Amino acid sequence: MTGFPTLLYKEVLRFWKVVFQTVAAPVLTALLYLLIFGQVMDQHVRVYEAVSYTAFLVPGLAMMSVLQNAFANSSSSLIQSKMTGNLVFVLLPPISYLEFFSAYVLAAVARGLVVGAGVLLVTLPFVELPVRELHWVVLFAIAGSAILGALGLIAAILADKIDQVSAFQNFLIMPLTFLSGVFYSVHALPPFWQRVSHFNPVFYMIDGFRHGFFGVSDVNPGMSFAVVAGCLVAVSAVALALLKSGYKLRY
Amino acid sequence: MAAIEVRQVSKHFGALQALAGIDLDIGEGEFFGLLGPNGAGKTTLISILAGLARANTGSVRIMGHDVSLDYRSARRALGVVPQELVFDPFFTVRETLRIQSGYFGMRANDRWIDEIMASLDLTGKADANMRALSGGMKRRVLVAQALVHKPPVIVLDEPTAGVDVELRKGLWQFIQRLNRDGHTIVLTTHYLEEAESMCGRIAMLKQGRVVALDSAANLVRRLHSLHLRVRLRSGEWPAALPAVDSGDARVVRLRSYGDVEPVLATLRAAECQIEDMELQQPDLEDVFLEIMRRE
Repeated sequence: MTGFPTLLYKEVLRFWKVVFQTVAAPVLTALLYLLIFGQVMDQHVRVYEAVSYTAFLVPGLAMMSVLQNAFANSSSSLIQSKMTGNLVFVLLPPISYLEFFSAYVLAAVARGLVVGAGVLLVTLPFVELPVRELHWVVLFAIAGSAILGALGLIAAILADKIDQVSAFQNFLIMPLTFLSGVFYSVHALPPFWQRVSHFNPVFYMIDGFRHGFFGVSDVNPGMSFAVVAGCLVAVSAVALALLKSGYKLRY
Repeated sequence: MAAIEVRQVSKHFGALQALAGIDLDIGEGEFFGLLGPNGAGKTTLISILAGLARANTGSVRIMGHDVSLDYRSARRALGVVPQELVFDPFFTVRETLRIQSGYFGMRANDRWIDEIMASLDLTGKADANMRALSGGMKRRVLVAQALVHKPPVIVLDEPTAGVDVELRKGLWQFIQRLNRDGHTIVLTTHYLEEAESMCGRIAMLKQGRVVALDSAANLVRRLHSLHLRVRLRSGEWPAALPAVDSGDARVVRLRSYGDVEPVLATLRAAECQIEDMELQQPDLEDVFLEIMRRE
């Protein structure tokens, strides 16, 4: 563990230096979603008995922001370093692939958590949000952002150009996060789409995270966490294997 | 122990053979030049030394440490100044150097960082963002970054490409000082005069092979070639004396100083009168061109 603390510090400092763009902007976006959807839908949709639609929406929006920003952090940092060539500063020192992975993923988790906390904070005036089982809130936020952070690494390793990372983000990450029950309960979907939703790992992240607030969810949170943990292991294994082989990083 | 030990290293990119079995030993404290035309494999070899690329066959040791099996020790012993002018636009000069120190596990390295910045005339820019620096300043930061962990072996890949004369002189003085302090220096450059004046030994690479390896003086001597430039006042140039036209003069190629007298004798016999005469020594550039043409 020689270079790890510094690499983590550098990755955190990197997004913190442009905090307006990396934290304030996504928080504002989530707030706009809440104002528009909450206003329009609150009278018409009620997912759980004791929970207003606006309250239901907030954890979903927060988790969606956590996930999208975790992905954005690791993927944009690595692809930019690859494209501009300054990745060489990280490749020359004695930093192991495990340290490399941990630093990028933990920085992604940090960005995800900061943005998620920001979303919860700005929505406080609009909803009363109980926190029934805090440990699920924390566990799902960390595991979910770690998965997306690792996915961001994979995307940036594989990509040769910045727009390939954008494609990964727009055509995979965005649909997965939007179609995961952020804005609705999957129980409201026709049976076919309900089944499809159960193949989307992001669904379990959002559902479990939301369970931490309301104590109710579509799926048992323990079950959801097992799925999420399994995904984390699988995605990390792929990212680590790529980093160990030096694929597209060391020629 | 050799500072750098390269054994039978080959590397190909698809069908392109970038390095074809390189063997090289560079001793501790040497000032070593790596020359060759573009595409000869200089940067590929440096990348393998630095662990940025992996050799297909062969092995490389830096201060006795294998670059893949014992990569941590090998990388700690090596400082590399990359050819491309790269930088991280998020940070200031001081932050950049502190972060680079941290990557090598060195915290509280500020005294050494201040010293490097002073030596490279960067102190005034310590808190400037990397984006705001001129090309020459960025080049200096690259040199500073390579030195933060006090590596015994320093590799510079064309450090003076696109750098103005004054900075070039300053950089070389600094690098020569590092060499005097015991650092092993390896550099690639397209400025052959610089290589000739500073490098103890020189390896010339062509198409992934070492085609010449010797001191600059020996390489020049090896060319066996002196140019005798003669301008006649009167008389016909004797047909028996092979020469090349060069403006209003003729150039005769000689193998040694002993060949001068027979040429003069031939001219005398042909009743030529000499207006002007000059004996030209070859330099490293002539050697370089000759070797690249011949091999």
